[in-house]
Amino acid sequence: MEKFDVAVVGGGVMGCSTVLHLSRNQMRTIIIDSGALCSEASGTNAGTLTLNMTRAALIPYAIKGWELWNNTEKWLCGGVGTRKVNGLSLAFTEEEEELLFKRIEARQAMGAPIKFISGRKAQLLEPGLNDSVRSAAWCNKDGFTIAYLTGHAFRRALKQENVSVREYSKVNKIEIEKNYFKIIFENNEHLKAKRIVLAGGVWLEEMLNWLNVKIKIKCLINQLIITERMPTVMKTVLSIANGLLSLKQFDNGTVLIGGGWQGIGDKKRGGVESIPENLIGNIRLACHVIPKLCYGRMIRVWLGLEAETADALPIIGKIPGISNAYVIGSVHSGYASGPYMGWLLSQLIMEQEPEMPLFDPNRLINK
Amino acid sequence: MTKIFTNDIKKVDLVVLGAGPAGVAAANVASKEGAEVVIIDENSSAGGQIYRAPPNEFQPQNSFKSDEFREGEKQRNLLENSNLTALFKHRVWSVSSDLVVSTVGPNGLSSWHARSLIIANGALERIIPFPGWTIPGVIGLAASTILLKSQYVLPGQSTVVAGCGPLLIAVANGIIKSGGKVSAIIDLNSKSDWIKAFPRLLSRPDQLFKGMSWFANIMKAGIKLYGGHAVTNTKQVDNVLRISIAPINSAGSILDSKNQKIVEGDCLAIGHGLFPSTEITRLLKAKHIYDPLKGGWVPLIDDDFRSSIPGVYIAGDATGISGAFSAVQKGRIAGMAAVRDLNVMSSQKYKAKIKSELIILKKNENFGKAAVRLMKFRPELIQTITSETIVCRCEDVFRSEIDEAIESGARDLNQLKAWTRCGMGPCQGRTCSEAIEAILASKVGSRELAGQWTGRTPLRPVPIEQIIGKYTYEDIPIPENAPL
Repeated sequence: MEKFDVAVVGGGVMGCSTVLHLSRNQMRTIIIDSGALCSEASGTNAGTLTLNMTRAALIPYAIKGWELWNNTEKWLCGGVGTRKVNGLSLAFTEEEEELLFKRIEARQAMGAPIKFISGRKAQLLEPGLNDSVRSAAWCNKDGFTIAYLTGHAFRRALKQENVSVREYSKVNKIEIEKNYFKIIFENNEHLKAKRIVLAGGVWLEEMLNWLNVKIKIKCLINQLIITERMPTVMKTVLSIANGLLSLKQFDNGTVLIGGGWQGIGDKKRGGVESIPENLIGNIRLACHVIPKLCYGRMIRVWLGLEAETADALPIIGKIPGISNAYVIGSVHSGYASGPYMGWLLSQLIMEQEPEMPLFDPNRLINK
Repeated sequence: MTKIFTNDIKKVDLVVLGAGPAGVAAANVASKEGAEVVIIDENSSAGGQIYRAPPNEFQPQNSFKSDEFREGEKQRNLLENSNLTALFKHRVWSVSSDLVVSTVGPNGLSSWHARSLIIANGALERIIPFPGWTIPGVIGLAASTILLKSQYVLPGQSTVVAGCGPLLIAVANGIIKSGGKVSAIIDLNSKSDWIKAFPRLLSRPDQLFKGMSWFANIMKAGIKLYGGHAVTNTKQVDNVLRISIAPINSAGSILDSKNQKIVEGDCLAIGHGLFPSTEITRLLKAKHIYDPLKGGWVPLIDDDFRSSIPGVYIAGDATGISGAFSAVQKGRIAGMAAVRDLNVMSSQKYKAKIKSELIILKKNENFGKAAVRLMKFRPELIQTITSETIVCRCEDVFRSEIDEAIESGARDLNQLKAWTRCGMGPCQGRTCSEAIEAILASKVGSRELAGQWTGRTPLRPVPIEQIIGKYTYEDIPIPENAPL
């Protein structure tokens, strides 16, 4: 019978970062996923590392995350193609300008180095912009990674740290035994661990249910669109005032269009298909921002799942009422801050004082 | 807000995807029974790959009309004289689970909401890479047939024809008949492979006779034929392709790599068989099985050609490679099953009609199966993909990178894609999937374990200009503000 100090269920960025730090502190660890590591949200998201779309309350965490993604050589095996570029959030109407200003102030108050600039100045930073841009929020702590490389990088790092990696293994339930958690797989195999971390993204609600803890987790179905390689049409990360666009061009010339427009799907079936109105709307918005984008061809559309709690803030901390059980997830723009969030949780598990406050799940328990 | 589609979504009984032999047969039979039918194809007229029509400007004189051309003309006339709506030059880029088919055509976007859908999108050509397969002058056998049949252009001044199956003989004969030169034929099949196929080929004596007459033309032209050989390397030296070949065993393994021969030409036309096209059925998440005798991955179907998705039928080579003749019966059966399920045709009438179709299908399928055996994938042929060979040519991914990813733990096809970018380019894996699946399968144990790439829209790249149409900023339905 294999016994571990910690078993992490869910092999996305949150789970992988947590387990990586734990194993570096001499804990015997295993990470389990029903598929391949970082093959859901952590591998299919837009890879945006922007503060312009981050919830104000999470700005300090996102800044730490941004620094980690920009220094992967220090903690992660091999990179994920991180690029540091300027970020701009744009306003095209008077209303958007007002909204932009409010949001800049709120984010500045939380420490984001974001500045309000004129449309003309924004065009100097991003010559591809539509002339009708009125003003912009400019942040130089911005950029992106190539999200689909995340699983590869983590896998190598975890292997190097001797973390047991168990992929393609679906957990059916967790039983609490004296001093141990018994993790039972779909094929009836099981293993034991002194501590568990649930890091299952949109599936956290079901996982918490194993322990009779009820927290509602909403599942967003975010649409992403990629173009064929095309000549350089932009060099910044772009968003709009209300946060419903993320746009960037990778080194290889492909342009990724995202922003959280919704498609059809659910936790059971995953992303099923895009909604034509949303697909076309999202692309129209991108082409409005960067007019030259219309000369490209769309080659692939996919849907990534994102978890959201009732108050749209994370759950990171001890699972209420059960000792040695922890949860991490539902972080808005969680990919960007994920490595830092995982580190914070590992501090808690190792009985240290976390560098920044965590997000107690207790507030969301359906009593 | 301006309309997103140039037209509203039109409701229709049946949409048939693909106007090759199967699609045309399906559409015709369904339309004759009284169903409202739309048939869609990206080409400019019906015929599919086998009966591909030349452009209008290129119409041949009577004396140049081949049997295939005449058959194609017959099918095109059938469509013209029917009540169904035929949309050519329309690319289907999306099929949704409620059977809305989205196309991009000469007039922009249009959509059809089908009660039933018949997928007759045919087959793709498998090419197992080898060093030099991406240099100019190396083309597919299927591409060669397009040049010959519809453009009346020879693939080269002096062509080496290589690979396997009926296309090999068809291309060689086509070149000779058009006055071109074939410098050698490199056949994966040995003489005994052909002899084994003979009894089944007898089920269509007319076709066997035709094939034999082609073969006689090849012999008469004195062309050197290397049976049981594979191309292992191609180099370009002063506008000449120097093509290395080596003997192989029945699994495709190179027997004697030191004893390679060299043949020369300015064009290498090569293809390693056909495999069913599954982009649309994968997109719809239909169940698939891997069956080498059907050409590879095929959607699971019942006796009436229903897929695992309600309302979706598959016809023709998309159900398993068996050729143009049986494609007609497959199309007719699928078409009748669809209209019966829609209650346009009675069950009684269906049963009566289907009997004769099944008899012809069996005969034609026997012939087709023999042909498919001659095109059967040989798993060890991946030996020709050396470490320095590009496998995914859209993204320039080398065999060494694929091997490295598998070595470091990639176990399924989608993971392999994420780690190497193989299959991420404009062709979305249509060209490299067979080779990459085979490489992964050789390491993980089977094609089933290696899996398939997730199907996604768009089925073909779509120019963004055509998607967006004319609009103003106010026309964009921007969702509610993201939380702050």
